[in-house]
Amino acid sequence: MATAAPTPEQTGRRRSWRRLPVVHQLRQSVGLQRGMLIAGLVLMGIFVVTAVFAPLLAPYEYGQLRDAQGSFGAQQSPSGDHWLGTTVGGYDVLSRVIWGSRTALYVIVIAVLLSIVLGILLGLVSGYFGGWLDRVLVVIADAVYAFPTLLLAIVVAIVISGGQSKMWGGIFAAAISITVVFIPQYFRVVRAETVRIKAEAFVESAKVIGASNRRIMTRHVLRNATRTLPLILTLNASEAILTLAGLGFLGFGIQPTAAAEWGYDLNRSLSDVSSGIWWTSVFPGAAIVLTVLGLTLVGESLNDLADPRLRTRRRAADVPEDEVQDAPAGTPEVAAVPGGTLSGPDGVGAPHTGGTRA
Amino acid sequence: MTTTTTEPTTGSTEPAGEATPARKRRSGGGGLGSYLLIRFLLIFPTIFILVTTVFFLMRATGDPITAALGGRLPADQLAERIREAGYDRPLITQYLDYLGDLLQGDFGTTLSDRRPVSEVLTTFGAATLELSVYALLVAFIVGIPLGMIAAYFRDRTPDALLRVFAILCYATPVFFAGLLLKLIFSVWLDWLPVAGRASTIAEIQLQSVNNPTGIALIDAIQTGNGEVISDVLQHAILPAIALGLLTAGVFLRLVRTNVIGTLGTGYVEAARSRGVPESRLLRKHAYRPALIPIITVMGLQIALLLVGAVLTETTFEWRGLGFQLSQYLQARDFVAVQGIVALLAVIVAVTNFIVDVIAALIDPRVRY
Repeated sequence: MATAAPTPEQTGRRRSWRRLPVVHQLRQSVGLQRGMLIAGLVLMGIFVVTAVFAPLLAPYEYGQLRDAQGSFGAQQSPSGDHWLGTTVGGYDVLSRVIWGSRTALYVIVIAVLLSIVLGILLGLVSGYFGGWLDRVLVVIADAVYAFPTLLLAIVVAIVISGGQSKMWGGIFAAAISITVVFIPQYFRVVRAETVRIKAEAFVESAKVIGASNRRIMTRHVLRNATRTLPLILTLNASEAILTLAGLGFLGFGIQPTAAAEWGYDLNRSLSDVSSGIWWTSVFPGAAIVLTVLGLTLVGESLNDLADPRLRTRRRAADVPEDEVQDAPAGTPEVAAVPGGTLSGPDGVGAPHTGGTRA
Repeated sequence: MTTTTTEPTTGSTEPAGEATPARKRRSGGGGLGSYLLIRFLLIFPTIFILVTTVFFLMRATGDPITAALGGRLPADQLAERIREAGYDRPLITQYLDYLGDLLQGDFGTTLSDRRPVSEVLTTFGAATLELSVYALLVAFIVGIPLGMIAAYFRDRTPDALLRVFAILCYATPVFFAGLLLKLIFSVWLDWLPVAGRASTIAEIQLQSVNNPTGIALIDAIQTGNGEVISDVLQHAILPAIALGLLTAGVFLRLVRTNVIGTLGTGYVEAARSRGVPESRLLRKHAYRPALIPIITVMGLQIALLLVGAVLTETTFEWRGLGFQLSQYLQARDFVAVQGIVALLAVIVAVTNFIVDVIAALIDPRVRY
C-alpha cells in the first residue's frame, strides 16, 4: 500500500472531496441521470438563494399593504407595480412568494436537523444495545411511521401553538410536527445499518482492544451507518415543504402579518379560483412545485445511483480507475434501500420488516 | 383485483380465532399462521400507542373547552362547562375513561355540533371511501401502464418524460393540483362543475332514495335517473384526478423500477434467448412479479390517500371526513379532531394489516 502511492497525503485529499456525498454521485452519473441531478441541484440552488436574499429580491415586505402611492388594493391583476398581482388580502403576490421561500427554508433546516440528530441517536442506541428498549422503540417507530404525516402534524401543531401563531411559533410548530414524523425514518435506517455493522469483524476487534461502547458507536458504527442519509435527507426536505404547505392550507399556517407561507396563500386563493382570478394561486403553488421538484430530482438521482440495478452504466472504456473500485462499496446501500423504493412522498420501507423482527 | 376483495375476510378472521400462539410459533418458526398472528397482534400496540400519544398531546395544551370557547364565555360559565364535561379531573382518570370509551367504540362527542364522532364517521365516511376508490382507480389506470412504458424505453426520451411526469405528480400538493384543475376545466373551459358532490337538483333526488348508502354513485344508480348519474360522475372527475395523480406517480415509479429489475432476472433472460420479442417479455413475463410490490406499498398509500383526501375534500368542498375534519379545525373543536384522528389511526392500522395479509398470501417471501 505504502509503496504504491508516492504522495499518499495528496491523493487522499483529492479523493476526499470527490467522495463528498453529492459530488461523488455527480461524477458517477451519466446522461439522463446526470441531467436530472443537475436540474435538481439548480432548482435547489435557486430556492436557497431566493430564501437567503429575500429582503433584496422582494419588491415589498411580506406584510406590506400600502406604499407611498397608497393602498395596493385587493386582487389586482399583474401590472408594472405588482408583477404578479395582489392577493385577496391586498398583499403583493411576488413579494409573498419570495418571502415564502425563507419560511420554507427555516422549516426544512430545523426539521431535518432535529430529526437527524434524534433519529440517528435513537437508531444507534437501539440497534447497538438491542434488548427490550430496542423492541419498544421499534414498535413505537412503526406505529408513528404508518400514521398519516399531516394528521400527526395537525395534532402537534395544535399542541405547540394552539393552531394560530406568530412567525417563529409557527415555524417551530411546523418543524417539530414534521420532526416527529421523520424521526422513525432515520431511526429505521440507522438501526438496520447498526445491527448489520455490529456483526462486522472490525467492531469485534475494537471490542477486543477494549474500546468503550461510546467510542465504538461514534467512530466505527456511526460513520458507516449514515451512508444513505443524504438520500433520505433530500426526500424529507421535500416532504417537509409539502407538510408545511398542507398545514397552511388547512388554516394552521403562520399569520400573514408574521411571515409569508405558500400554503396559507393557497388557502386564501381558494375562493379566487372560482371567479377566474388565477395569479393568487398559480404562483405560490408553482413555488412549492418547483422547490419540491428540485429536492425530489436530487433525491431520486441519488437513490438510482445507489442502486446498481438502476444506475445507468458508462461504457467500459470511459470508466476511470477509481470508480471501478467503488462498485463493491456501493452494494451495502442496496440493503438499506430495497428495490430503490425508499422515499419521502411514498415512504416505502417495507412496513413488515421492523414489525416481524420485534 | 378479485383476490384483493376476497382475501381480507379470510385473513382477518383466521387469527381472530386465537390459535394458541405458543404452539404455532414453536412448530413453524416462519409459517404463514404465526406470521399472520404476530401481524394481527401488532395492530393493538400500534393503535394504543397512537391513541395515547394523541390524547396526551391534545391535553398538554389544556382542556378542549377553553380552546373552543375561551374568550367567548365568561369565566364562571366556562368553568361550569369544564366541570360538566369532566375536564377538571386528574389527567390519568380522564385517560382511563377515554380508553374505556374507545373500547366501546365511543370516540367522544363533538363540541361544536354535539354529535358523536362515530356518527360523523358513518355520515361522512362513505364520501371519503368513494373518493379514495375513484382515486385508486385513476392511479392504477394511469400509473401501471405508464410505468411499464417507462421501463420499456429505459433511459430514452419517453422514459425521461414519464419520470419527470411522475416526480411532478408527487411534487405537486394535491390541493394545488385541485386548484389548477378547477381553474382550467371548471372556470376557463367550463366543462365540469367547480365543487361539491352533486348539483342541487341532483342532491334532492339523491336524498329521496330509500336506503341511501352515502356513496353518491350507488345512490344515483338507485334513482334510475341518467341525468343524476352523469351529474354525480361529473362532480367526481376532478377530485378523483387530483387525488389519483399523487398515487399514480408513486405507482409509475414503482412499476418502472420493478419491471427493470425483473427484466434482468434469469428467467426473463432465458425467454429472451429463446427469441421472445421484447414487448412480449414485458407483457407476459416481467409484468406480474412487478405488481407484487404495489400491493405491499398499498398499505402505506392508504395513509397518504387519507391525508390527500383531507386536502382534496377541502379544495372541492367534497363533504367527506376530511372536509369535516378541516371544518372542525377551523372551529377549534379539538374533541372532534382528536376523535377523527384516533378513528383514522384505527383505519390505517387495520388496512395496513389487511394489506400485509394479502401480500403474505400472494408472495411467500414476505413471511419469513
